[in-house]
Amino acid sequence: MAEKLDQIFVQAKHELVRWLLCHVPGAWAEVLSALLSIATLLVAFAALFALTTLLERKGLGRIQNRYGPNRVGPFGLLQPVADGIKALTKEDVVPRAADQVVHFIAPLVLVVPVFLALAVLPVGRNMVVVDLDAGLLFFFAVGAATELSVFMAGWSSRNKYSLLGAMRAIAQMISYEVPLILSAVTVVMMAGSLSTVRIVEVQAGFSGWLPHWHVLTPWGLAGFLLFLIAAAAEANRCPFDLPEGESEIIAGYYIEYSGFKFALFFLGEYIGLFAVSGLAITLFLGGWTAPLPFLQWVPSYVWFFLKLLSLIAFFIWVRGTLPRLRMDQLMSFAWKFMLPLSLINLLAAGLWRFLPEGLTRWAFCSLLLAAAYIGLGRSLVQRRNLGRRTYRFAE
Amino acid sequence: MTADFLILSLLTLVGAVAAVSLRNLVHCALALAAALAGLAGLYLHLQAQFVGFAQLLVYVGAVAILIVFAILLTRGSDSEPDGPPATRGWVPGAGLAAAAAGLVVAAILSSRALAPSLQSSPEAPVRAIGEQLMTRYVLALELIGILLTAALIGAVIIAMTLPSRRSAEHKPQSRTSTPDL
Repeated sequence: MAEKLDQIFVQAKHELVRWLLCHVPGAWAEVLSALLSIATLLVAFAALFALTTLLERKGLGRIQNRYGPNRVGPFGLLQPVADGIKALTKEDVVPRAADQVVHFIAPLVLVVPVFLALAVLPVGRNMVVVDLDAGLLFFFAVGAATELSVFMAGWSSRNKYSLLGAMRAIAQMISYEVPLILSAVTVVMMAGSLSTVRIVEVQAGFSGWLPHWHVLTPWGLAGFLLFLIAAAAEANRCPFDLPEGESEIIAGYYIEYSGFKFALFFLGEYIGLFAVSGLAITLFLGGWTAPLPFLQWVPSYVWFFLKLLSLIAFFIWVRGTLPRLRMDQLMSFAWKFMLPLSLINLLAAGLWRFLPEGLTRWAFCSLLLAAAYIGLGRSLVQRRNLGRRTYRFAE
Repeated sequence: MTADFLILSLLTLVGAVAAVSLRNLVHCALALAAALAGLAGLYLHLQAQFVGFAQLLVYVGAVAILIVFAILLTRGSDSEPDGPPATRGWVPGAGLAAAAAGLVVAAILSSRALAPSLQSSPEAPVRAIGEQLMTRYVLALELIGILLTAALIGAVIIAMTLPSRRSAEHKPQSRTSTPDL
């Protein structure tokens, strides 16, 4: 029964393909199967996007001691629908000075790669669109195109705020891409594979009550935290939302976008967040595997989406709690703290691999990482003059 | 000659031509990025996953961004050149390009890689590439690492502000007394 429930979507797809093949030539089987997977993925994540916009506004509202949207439908549940209709019917305003072609292409260059990145995420047992030999590399490669889109949007708008936002965004994305990839490399070292499916398989199984997730090792915990921070920066989430910075540069690189193009940027940003959170789950939180042995009867996709929703809730909580960083703080945090720590984490992962199993390697790796964390943090604090701030022009 | 090969080749060629013939520098950089992405697609078409993704990651993700940054930080991206982009000496330029292309084509035609024994698409899994890099080509890998480290340190030294200049910047009232470097 549990097995059947787990594979219900896979079975349904097989049945559907078999039924469709009665009407079309057999050579189409592969195309049909791929199309069905892609359509499901698009619908599922677009629905999750609609749900998340509501959850985010509700959650932020609660954190700020107000209700959030509660007018459209029961508990405001139909708010995303209203937002969608509004975005579709709004006038598409393009500045006269804007570079028309680049301005038009930019949102597409953002949305297409982030949806492509979802293709390698295993959302359940046997549920992945493509199992690439170099899946992880594919994820980061298509993610690289989003930086270009941000630049295109910022530059083509001919607006100083959007250009500032684009420059900030690119500087931030390039800086945080390094710790993001380096912290993912530790998992590749352990799993011995770049395939996301293989990485999840490595984390299956339990010792006693505890699952074999990478986050439950010293290097995995450090890698997970580094990955999560870098992921927030890559997705332009608070506290790294300088490129948008509503209070200083209004909305950054998409200030000159309205109507559905703006909605596309919004969609791209959220799907990017889902993709990178999904990768964090795949790499460190065991993908679709159950957290406890007696919960294994729950279908695998339920676990994946539960973990995804908890990570999203975490990001909403962080957004409601932390203030925005300053540009110099952002840069020094990336290059002076995250980068050295992720390099040391690589060393810790190597040690973990080659030290004999047991308490010694736990103690050794934990001590190494703790010492690095404390040392780097101290040096970062000492170099900054945290005394009274002096203003050059304001006094 | 399949449809995807045609589309990718068209993207690459049109992007490359646009990169050298458009008037606006930023448009040229974006066209170059499109051409590089098309090349990555061609690698994928040849079943070379690792090379294709690395091309995308390095060239579209890093080199194109670097070029764009360089354009924006050095001179106004809005200023367009007065004359047409290529006038002076295009005949010797075309001759040189033809000679270089001829050399490459000749080298490819005479190479053993075109022998019919390799017609079945060769498999190059990432694991095999990694093992080769760590055993047979480890010296080349290390040398490239040293080169990149040297370039990185050089860039930091160029960008670093000297201590005397920094003190002058922090105390604007004493700028007249300290000699500015």
